[in-house]
Amino acid sequence: MRLPPFQSLVDAHAAELHRFLVASVGPADAEDCLQETLLSALRAYPRLRDGSHLRAWLYTIAQHKATDAMRRTARHRSEDLDGVDPGHLSEPQHELADDALWARVRALPPKQREAIVHRFVFDLAYKEIGSRTGTTEDAARQNVATGLRRLRMEVDR
Amino acid sequence: MTELERRLARPPASAPFDVRAATTVLAQRATEAGLVDVAYGSLDSPLGKLIVAVTPRGVVRIAYEGEVEESVLRELAEGVSPRVLRAPERTDAARRELEGYFAGTVRRFDLPVDWSLVHGFAVGVLKATARVPFGRVATYGEMAASAGSPRAARAAGNALHVNPIPIVVPCHRIVPASGGIGGYGGGEDRKRFLLDLEGALPA
Repeated sequence: MRLPPFQSLVDAHAAELHRFLVASVGPADAEDCLQETLLSALRAYPRLRDGSHLRAWLYTIAQHKATDAMRRTARHRSEDLDGVDPGHLSEPQHELADDALWARVRALPPKQREAIVHRFVFDLAYKEIGSRTGTTEDAARQNVATGLRRLRMEVDR
Repeated sequence: MTELERRLARPPASAPFDVRAATTVLAQRATEAGLVDVAYGSLDSPLGKLIVAVTPRGVVRIAYEGEVEESVLRELAEGVSPRVLRAPERTDAARRELEGYFAGTVRRFDLPVDWSLVHGFAVGVLKATARVPFGRVATYGEMAASAGSPRAARAAGNALHVNPIPIVVPCHRIVPASGGIGGYGGGEDRKRFLLDLEGALPA
């Protein structure tokens, strides 16, 4: 099994992984999440058996790190809520609509969030989303559709 | 396309991504975690840009400008470990000694050498070569003899030609018994420069 030097993975994919993470966890946590992703990947790298799906492999790790980060954020938020005057919790009026929408995207179940990000941030076809996320074209279409339905319900509410 | 989809096509803004800065942070954290098996950096020298690669055991590869960086890194990934990262600060000791060598202040390298990329007969030849001191020359036949095969001068020449750690393992000090300076993996001009630097250019 011949694996390319890890640095070439960083050079080829770090920028797009960062974009993926900006959409998945938000600009503030994306950098940290990317570092976690690359560090985990580097740790596991020599044990990889198959060097032909490295990009999808990196996305899988990034996806897990994003899910972990969102869980941490959710936990902090609920901790912060304890004993806080509810008046301070309302969303600021000047927040841009898109930021609010992306916050909802981030709160989606991981598979839907990932599919939505690939579909709209990277403008990928379902087939390509499937191969990047290690699933099928149909599953990718399904995840995007379910995610969109859910967002629509929340946004139109 | 619905209004919702149009809004999703405008992803959140973020500062431009800097892969070099990200690599620096990664290399630091990976080093602390013991996950960098091969670290590399580069160095400007009178012989052009050099790529210097080190492992926790020592200097494993020095490449002259002209060798394609991508193939050098691939060689390291396949011959040492795929955990190869750009981590110039890890190569500082090696780069300092090389700079000292070119400045004339370093005559003997104190750098440990990692022989991972050297195999078979070449191991004996290159280890013998590493013992030839600054300012002296030896012949291909002598190196072959040190490696246990006095008649394998040509094989010794071949091993020296693909020396993965030129300068530090001073293959430029090995010359033909018949006179002249002989060939060099990095090109004869570089060999002449190095012998001249050491005051060892044969008349």
